[in-house]
Amino acid sequence: MADHASHNTPDSSETRVAAVLGRFDTAAGLKAAAEKVRDEGYRKWDSHSPFPVHGIERAMGIRPTILPLLVFGAGLTGAIVAMFLQWWTNAVDYPFLISGKPFFSVPANIPVAFELIILFSALTAFGGALILNQLPQFHHPVFASEAFRRATSDGFFISIEAGDPKFDERKTAAFLESIGAAVELCRVPAAKPAIPKAIPWAITFVAALALLPPLGVAWYRASVKREPRIHPLHDMAFQPKYKAQSENDRFADRRAMRPPVAGTIAQGGLMLDTALFQGKDSEGNYVADLPVPVEESVMLRGRERFNIYCAPCHGYSGGLPEGAAGDGDPRSWDGMVSIRASQRALTGDGTWTPPRALHSDYVQDQPDGKLFETITAGVNNQGVQSMPGYAKQISVEDRWAIILYLRAIGRSRNAAADDVPETQRTADTGGNR
Amino acid sequence: MSSGAVTANDNTLSDPRHRAPLVAGKQDYASITETVCRIAERDKTPRAWYVAFAVSASLTGMLFLLIGYLFITGVGVWGNNSPVFWGWPIVNFVFWVGIGHAGTLISAILFLFRQQWRTSINRFAEAMTIFAVCCAGIFPGIHIGRIWCVYWLAPYPNQMEMWPNFRSPLLWDVFAVSTYATVSALFWYLGMIPDLATLRDRATNPWRRLAYGTFALGWRGSARQWHRYERAYLLLAALATPLVLSVHSVVSFDFAVSQVPGWHTTIFPPYFVAGAIFSGFAMVVTLMVPARAFFGLKELVTLRHLENMNKIILATSCIVGYAYATEFFIAWYSGSQYELFAFLNRALGPYKWAYWTMVFCNVVVPHLFWFKKCRTTPWIMMIVAILVNVGMWFERFVIIVTSLSRDFLPSSWGAFVPTPIDVAMFVGSFGLFFTLFLLFCRYLPMVAMAEVKAAVSHGIEGHGH
Repeated sequence: MADHASHNTPDSSETRVAAVLGRFDTAAGLKAAAEKVRDEGYRKWDSHSPFPVHGIERAMGIRPTILPLLVFGAGLTGAIVAMFLQWWTNAVDYPFLISGKPFFSVPANIPVAFELIILFSALTAFGGALILNQLPQFHHPVFASEAFRRATSDGFFISIEAGDPKFDERKTAAFLESIGAAVELCRVPAAKPAIPKAIPWAITFVAALALLPPLGVAWYRASVKREPRIHPLHDMAFQPKYKAQSENDRFADRRAMRPPVAGTIAQGGLMLDTALFQGKDSEGNYVADLPVPVEESVMLRGRERFNIYCAPCHGYSGGLPEGAAGDGDPRSWDGMVSIRASQRALTGDGTWTPPRALHSDYVQDQPDGKLFETITAGVNNQGVQSMPGYAKQISVEDRWAIILYLRAIGRSRNAAADDVPETQRTADTGGNR
Repeated sequence: MSSGAVTANDNTLSDPRHRAPLVAGKQDYASITETVCRIAERDKTPRAWYVAFAVSASLTGMLFLLIGYLFITGVGVWGNNSPVFWGWPIVNFVFWVGIGHAGTLISAILFLFRQQWRTSINRFAEAMTIFAVCCAGIFPGIHIGRIWCVYWLAPYPNQMEMWPNFRSPLLWDVFAVSTYATVSALFWYLGMIPDLATLRDRATNPWRRLAYGTFALGWRGSARQWHRYERAYLLLAALATPLVLSVHSVVSFDFAVSQVPGWHTTIFPPYFVAGAIFSGFAMVVTLMVPARAFFGLKELVTLRHLENMNKIILATSCIVGYAYATEFFIAWYSGSQYELFAFLNRALGPYKWAYWTMVFCNVVVPHLFWFKKCRTTPWIMMIVAILVNVGMWFERFVIIVTSLSRDFLPSSWGAFVPTPIDVAMFVGSFGLFFTLFLLFCRYLPMVAMAEVKAAVSHGIEGHGH
């Protein structure tokens, strides 16, 4: 006992005893000794063992840690954070419909909530254990002892610190020896070791350096740049290809966009037949004859298209007879749109420009080209579009077929009874039914 | 075992009148410390370690070079193409993340069940878990195409004013796998703090002392510290237990929540978890058998530990085999022609070789473990475990490739052909795994000394109290 007190540091003038350390051989011995130290009334003391000794908490009088409560709180926080995060981001701030799923539904949000409960709880369990244990703590009186190194292998120790109110270097050592310990005094330098000045400077420097990246990000976010942004990786925005209006040195004229090869015809460029496509000859005059063959099939096609597109206004037979009143005389030969619109116009409900009778001389005297233009572009009298253009609905060939049918209407409506072949005459046409 | 040190050498006997000792040989606290620490403390690194490290580090380098190549060139370097857009990268992801389940299972579930035999192998298995999760995390990360936008997966306020879609199982997966990696690492590190303190206190070289001392955080083994430490460890175990079951369930949601025939099945979560435990234990055995021989740990990691793991492999193999059968039954019972076709196509279609390899390795071979001779013979269990790992890789290949290559529309069917880059990246991931593992074996305590000591302290000190 006389030796152990001073074997650490011979020069005791600069050191002080910070703790008394007693070593025991077994875990059972440690537990028994811990009960005695507890009963002796020491406060700032601890036992050290290479593994958790069963029952030592009761022997030492350690109260249960609050760690489970902290972890429970963290778990609740995780659940609330997860639910709020998912609800706010997906249902409030950025709601987007995907696969018809609801913006917020508990089942879909369970997995992430579960994971965050676990994550928050686990981080708290780990961090809480370290903080409650005051770790990391690299300096402690017991580390002054060489023998204490066995505490992590096969040694069992009790340490009583100088801060304890009952601590007395000699009495405490004697007490530990009396309960069967091999006793050692832990001497530490009397003055607190000064922290080297370089350390705070180094910490400040590293902290300042660590501020640079966020500052740079903030500066770039806040400032306006005229140059395009830097692309460290050529994403799909930069593909190895030539674009319109750019240079290409492979060609003599250095144009990446090549002019068409001689003789190339652009799409739509084949509409050179102005008679067919515009109803005009090369001089710009309306053509008098149909640019399509006059055949029965064309006539039938024209009648079919006429009945679809023209008859609603003009009537199946081309309109009212010459000189008939257009007011409320619902003859079957007028178009049903025209009949209805005329009735409403009579009662002051809107206006209606009655369509031209197609068998009239006004229409029938027009050249085929002019009729083609009318079907294509419609009729516009001083800004009033009384007939819409049918270029979108009726193809070029069909427009000519309709014109062929118009000529047939004109011919039939203006015909005399004599024009009907003898064999087909009825009472109406002067025959004998 | 009534008094004195633990003595028995063969602890695989099942005599119900005697509890088999956890460790073999005559052990006391100091000998346990010595057995474990001398591996990390030896002055001369064995040549075999250098050779193994050189090989695995080269493969790791190859992996990262290939990732760089992928980075610059694009995902076209892989065989992924219409209709199989999830090729090897996702197969490898599920393979590795499955392997990463054994560690936490051993640490957490067996801890809660007070299975003290876990103490000799839990550190090793946890390390394996973390390294497997590292390998797993790489593959979906590089699979996203524009790898430099990987941070878009995180819900952070951004100038695009967009948020991730929390209704997608792929995002659940991000949360599940990253939480699992974090919690596993915390669990591993927390468990290692006392053992790092042991290495710190035994260090003769000041640099080693500084390094171990830094990570030991000034641990003093005080009863007050142990009290909070044990409580934290118990809490982490209780948290990790549902977590480990959830992770592979969420991974299976990646498939099960979709409409693809062969994926859209409710059996996937339990079936994936069982498969993960199966493959994880097989990987532990694969690594443990050579490691305990090479590092002289036969007395701490006894045949009984290996036998117990082999029993778990056998049990999970039966679960996996049952799941394979159930899938076929449900495919028929569902009356869905697409579902039925998907499964017939697995067994009889162009990938039948993969399917039957899987069945042979996962369902047939592990039945060798009904025989005690096979459960306790290291070279046999090593072969079985390797075959199980092969089979489990093929399981993921079968699930992903057969389902995607032939789904609803026959006109869009196609075959999947991996490129050499696919193969090299998979090999490279093994390089990364073994590199981390060799570093672990060389520098960290491979066995949880404090836990082993606590588990055998009755045997060492006797029942004198």
